[in-house]
Amino acid sequence: MSALGALAMTLLLAVPASVGLGLVRLSDYRRGARLSIAATLISLLSAITLIWARPETNLYLQVDDFNIYLIVLNNFVSFTTSLFSASYIAHELETGKLTPKYLRFYHAMYQALVFAMNLGLLANNIGLLWVAIELATLVTVLMVGLYRTPAALEAAWKYFILGSLGIALALFGTILIYLAAQPVMGQGLPAMAWDRLLVHAAKFDPALLNLAFVFLLLGYGTKAGLVPLHAWLPDAHAEGPTPISAVLSGLLLNVALYAILRFKMLMSANPSALAPGPLMIMLGLLSLLFAGLMLYRRGDIKRLFAYSSIEHMGIMSFAFGMGGPLANFAGLLHMTMHSLTKSAIFFAVGHISQVKGTQRISTIRGLTATHPLLGWGLVAGVIAIAGMPPFGVFMSEFLVVSSTFARQPWLALPLVIGLLLAFGTLLWRLHGLAFGVPDNAPTVAIQASIWPMLIHLGLVLLAGLWLPGPLVAWFHHVAVWLG
Amino acid sequence: MNSLAFDIAHALAGSMVVLSFLLLYQDRVYALLNVFALHSLALALAVGWQAYLQEAHHLYVTAVVALLFKAIVIPTALHRIVRQLDIHRTLEVVGGVGRDMLAGAALVALAIMVMLPVTEGSNPLARQDLAFALAVILLGLLLMVNRHNAISLVIGFMSLENGLVLAAAGALGMPLVVEISVAFSVLIALIVIGVFLFRIRERFDSVDMQAMDTFREGRRK
Repeated sequence: MSALGALAMTLLLAVPASVGLGLVRLSDYRRGARLSIAATLISLLSAITLIWARPETNLYLQVDDFNIYLIVLNNFVSFTTSLFSASYIAHELETGKLTPKYLRFYHAMYQALVFAMNLGLLANNIGLLWVAIELATLVTVLMVGLYRTPAALEAAWKYFILGSLGIALALFGTILIYLAAQPVMGQGLPAMAWDRLLVHAAKFDPALLNLAFVFLLLGYGTKAGLVPLHAWLPDAHAEGPTPISAVLSGLLLNVALYAILRFKMLMSANPSALAPGPLMIMLGLLSLLFAGLMLYRRGDIKRLFAYSSIEHMGIMSFAFGMGGPLANFAGLLHMTMHSLTKSAIFFAVGHISQVKGTQRISTIRGLTATHPLLGWGLVAGVIAIAGMPPFGVFMSEFLVVSSTFARQPWLALPLVIGLLLAFGTLLWRLHGLAFGVPDNAPTVAIQASIWPMLIHLGLVLLAGLWLPGPLVAWFHHVAVWLG
Repeated sequence: MNSLAFDIAHALAGSMVVLSFLLLYQDRVYALLNVFALHSLALALAVGWQAYLQEAHHLYVTAVVALLFKAIVIPTALHRIVRQLDIHRTLEVVGGVGRDMLAGAALVALAIMVMLPVTEGSNPLARQDLAFALAVILLGLLLMVNRHNAISLVIGFMSLENGLVLAAAGALGMPLVVEISVAFSVLIALIVIGVFLFRIRERFDSVDMQAMDTFREGRRK
């Protein structure tokens, strides 16, 4: 079985990498889009194969219980987003916002991003993890600046500077982890392999580990959009192409959080090291409250949902910071639900802003009357992301709140305040967007691809109503392992 | 360990901290670029010396990359960009040199106070290198925070990155150092190309980051 697993793991990396390189040379953009979809489909199938056929862990790559679900989620959302990209980008070409040359570049970069994220999730080596996240940053910077407008270039530049800073801090943290491991495990590659580090973590020097974790949390926290290092996130989401906003929010933030969690597990394995929980709880609450307040005054629809992503990363960081089987379970579930819901929302928002020709909330009104399918899709998405039943986000948020009440009631207060703030603002904004009086501004006819959005929302609804038993058991198993 | 070898390593790493200080108070673009070239040269020597001491031959690659790329190619490229874009030849120093120097001294003290106690068990050479590296990183951050123009930002980031390479080279037997330093070089090359290609000057009439901020305020209203 492990031969099949090894093949699937190779495909996960080789397909996006080679297709990405091939796409650079392919001038027909329609074929490019189709090739891109085919490549993500193959990656998705390989990811699903990995559930049953695990390859053996080596010094560079591994598939274990924790990363397998993120790998599947990652390739699933990449696949649906490539479907969405095909119609979205075709429209951008018609309106002349992009030229075929940039389009070629876009599809190639998209595959490079999928490759980088898969590499980050599969990495067993903490240096390789860092290289993967750096690559993902570079690629997304180029994508954010794709439209070459002053606003897009500024967003890309800001993301570049803050992202590289985060990456630099994370590298220092990585070096410190190696230094902590080296006296115990000797020089060389094994002292950077995560699974071996975990075995020996109890013997590491706790002071070095503490310092390393602070750098890693700040560094990868920048990439995960945690306040106070979130400043790049709203701009990057608002100015880049919408499929990239969907992938940034739905996937890349998860990869960064995943990196933090891997290091949190190392910290927890050392009894005399600092408990990483309180730091993560603090950053999480700060992000949640800050984003809750900032949501209120947003005038740009993509910026609005970008702040909502900061809020949700805050909730996840809080949940994992609390730790324990129940809170970790909630965190894992929330990661999945947020990915699916937020990318669905961006699919809807992408088409809406194309139809209306603007991203300004004040000029988008009464969508359910003018564009029923997109409008109701957005309504369902926002209701889901705001945390209302019957969607899956409600379940995960409910679990976070109830587990907090049971263990640290006084921490539940700011958590609930933050959740209510975001909830109120989102619904208030939604009212105007979906049910306001439509103005007679001209709209553009587009060929929307609705399926990706419907599939995502359907899954989130399904998860809210019924989670399959094996999935629950597996989530529970990982939650216990995360500690 | 041979005490002379140790002293040389110490002097080379220490000279990077001194050069970081020099970067802090340059008020002319060309001078800033030249000091940065020296900074990278010091890095190349420090890493090369580490490679010799540790008998780690892959580190020579890192040293050569630092020498060719960061001490020669990048400063030359930036010189050309500055000439072609006709960027202001003088740089404003926000808050004055005195304040920067004091802040810098405080950061170096912080770096030493943080690093030396936590690395007590490590090899003394690695300890010194790490303390110096953290100091260079913090000074780079200070430069980035305190300047509002794109060139200083880029130089600040690159000096910070030099500190990281020093730390990685100092960590005995750390694998992937070469790969990481190359990955970083790609990042830097992109930043530099970014300054050039994004035509920050063309778009915003200056490389002053504050112009970008004003532009953003205007959009939000």
